[in-house]
Amino acid sequence: MAGLSLNLIALQLFAGLALGAIYVLFAIGLSLIFGMLTVVNFAHGAFYMVGAYVGVYILMLGGNFWICLIAVPLAVGLFGLAVERVLIRPLYGRGIDYPLLLTFGLSYVMVEMVRIAFGKTGYPFDTPEILQGAVNIGVGYFPLYRLFVIGATGAVLLALWLFLEKTSFGLIIRAGARDPQIVRVLGVDVARVWLIVFGIGTAIAGFAGLLAAPLQGVIPEMGGTILAEAFVVTVVGGMGSIGGAVLAGLLVGVVVSMTSLFAPEMGKVSIFALMAVVLIVRPQGFFGRAGLMS
Amino acid sequence: MNEITQPILRAPAAPESWFQFATRHRAGIASLVVLIFPLVMPFTALAVNILIYGLYALGFNLVFGYLGLLSFGHAALFGTGAYLCGIAIVHFALPWFVAIALGILGGLMMALLIGVLAIRTRGIYFAMVTMALSQCVYYLFYQAVDWTGGENGLRGINVRVIDILGVKLNFINPLTRYYVIAGFVIAAFFVLSRILASPFGAVIEAVRENETRARASGYDVTMTRLITFVLSGGFCGLAGALQALHLSIVPIEILHYETSGTVVMVALLGGMGTFFGPMIGAAAFLMLENLVSLWTVHWQLIVGAVFMICVLFFPAGIWGTLISRGKP
Repeated sequence: MAGLSLNLIALQLFAGLALGAIYVLFAIGLSLIFGMLTVVNFAHGAFYMVGAYVGVYILMLGGNFWICLIAVPLAVGLFGLAVERVLIRPLYGRGIDYPLLLTFGLSYVMVEMVRIAFGKTGYPFDTPEILQGAVNIGVGYFPLYRLFVIGATGAVLLALWLFLEKTSFGLIIRAGARDPQIVRVLGVDVARVWLIVFGIGTAIAGFAGLLAAPLQGVIPEMGGTILAEAFVVTVVGGMGSIGGAVLAGLLVGVVVSMTSLFAPEMGKVSIFALMAVVLIVRPQGFFGRAGLMS
Repeated sequence: MNEITQPILRAPAAPESWFQFATRHRAGIASLVVLIFPLVMPFTALAVNILIYGLYALGFNLVFGYLGLLSFGHAALFGTGAYLCGIAIVHFALPWFVAIALGILGGLMMALLIGVLAIRTRGIYFAMVTMALSQCVYYLFYQAVDWTGGENGLRGINVRVIDILGVKLNFINPLTRYYVIAGFVIAAFFVLSRILASPFGAVIEAVRENETRARASGYDVTMTRLITFVLSGGFCGLAGALQALHLSIVPIEILHYETSGTVVMVALLGGMGTFFGPMIGAAAFLMLENLVSLWTVHWQLIVGAVFMICVLFFPAGIWGTLISRGKP
């Protein structure tokens, strides 16, 4: 009995990591955009939702899941570029609340557009055939697709890390996050860097939406719930910190999953309790810089 | 701070502009408008909604406009007020005035709980933390089915007669209902106006304008923020309680984050940090919503787009834009 429940806990831990992987992808986009642009993207959930719907559309046209994996982030990222250029850029320098308010309005528009195009009811999203079934991971059988989600998240993180740490453009991004003024003085077109960062952040959100689709199904409101939960992740991890987003995302996933095992109705509430504790003990989050708070 | 406004230091009294006059008698003027409003407004039900949302926005504006903190969790304050008022009537059969008092108390207490946690963060974090905490409140009320009715909402808040010192008013009659609710809203106008005119009101705005300077002047910035947030919770709790009486049901959506978002839109549309803005915003927002939903179910598209245009081009809102022209 004890051994069985230990296995169950281990399996639930893995399920939590898969759930956490989605949070991580969502939150690093949010954190990347905030760290660079100091814009809290309230439409991030809407980009996530659009990612899932672009996937639905590609499958309708006869494409397969592997095409989606490439096409969805590209399409959502391009849309993100347009949004930054047309809507957010005019608001720089006008106070930190305005881009937030604008993206909030944008999320209404995006959700309603999707409702008009695809209807109010959701779509089921089949797990690709090759990723169906379960594999033995030592402690029991675990759905293959969830393993794939964890792996894909790892791949995105690795790619992002290589991009930020090993390329000259990544160097500019890191410098820009620290002091945009100096970077501008050095002759870098900061506006272009911000544009691209917003594009990357939203592309990752779209990718997360696609990965989440077979787990949760696709509905127009899917972005709203995860947005509030991602805020918990960024508060716990520290805003603007990618490492913090990764650690806190996985932690939040595991906490939800573990609480659901023991008290199913408290699964969602537990993460807010976690946030409350972090706010009391360490208001700036795990890796947050105290200065960012003010 | 008070020394500056001593009469001795003032220039010889210039004739009062309409703007100064309106500011001085803001609560009275707002009350007058509220009293006349249903006579020019053909749909009394819509007028009642405007009153309640105006009051909700009035409370929100205290934090957003005057204190300068953007809260995305005011649905929790509004919703707690509504639920407590409803629970008092449905489960305990308490008289209506006790229920309303409990609604206000609920708003205050919830604001204290959320405030204590959220005030620990500043700037942009505040919006995120308040939104996350109000989402937590949503889940808690959703789970407490025995008390709140969960997904189905709290039903059966039937108040037919409002009994004021022996005078029985028929609450079913739309116009009577409007004026009963208007009574509370007018009281709120005067309380809010008093708060804003007090030295504490000046400190609230000082904190918004320059936190460091306010702190250097010896004011407790954190406490000012917390008290203001709690006061805002009182107004929003009252609005929620009135909403519960008006709808005779508390839907769970009242705690949804869209209810928080709506009040942000209302306050910005009307003009943040102005006394008349929230009411004007509520009227504009609800009329627009009613108008648009006549010809399309996708009113959120139009409302979202109008809000974006407002953020981009008219951040001062309707009333804010008007007074910036009228100010000398």
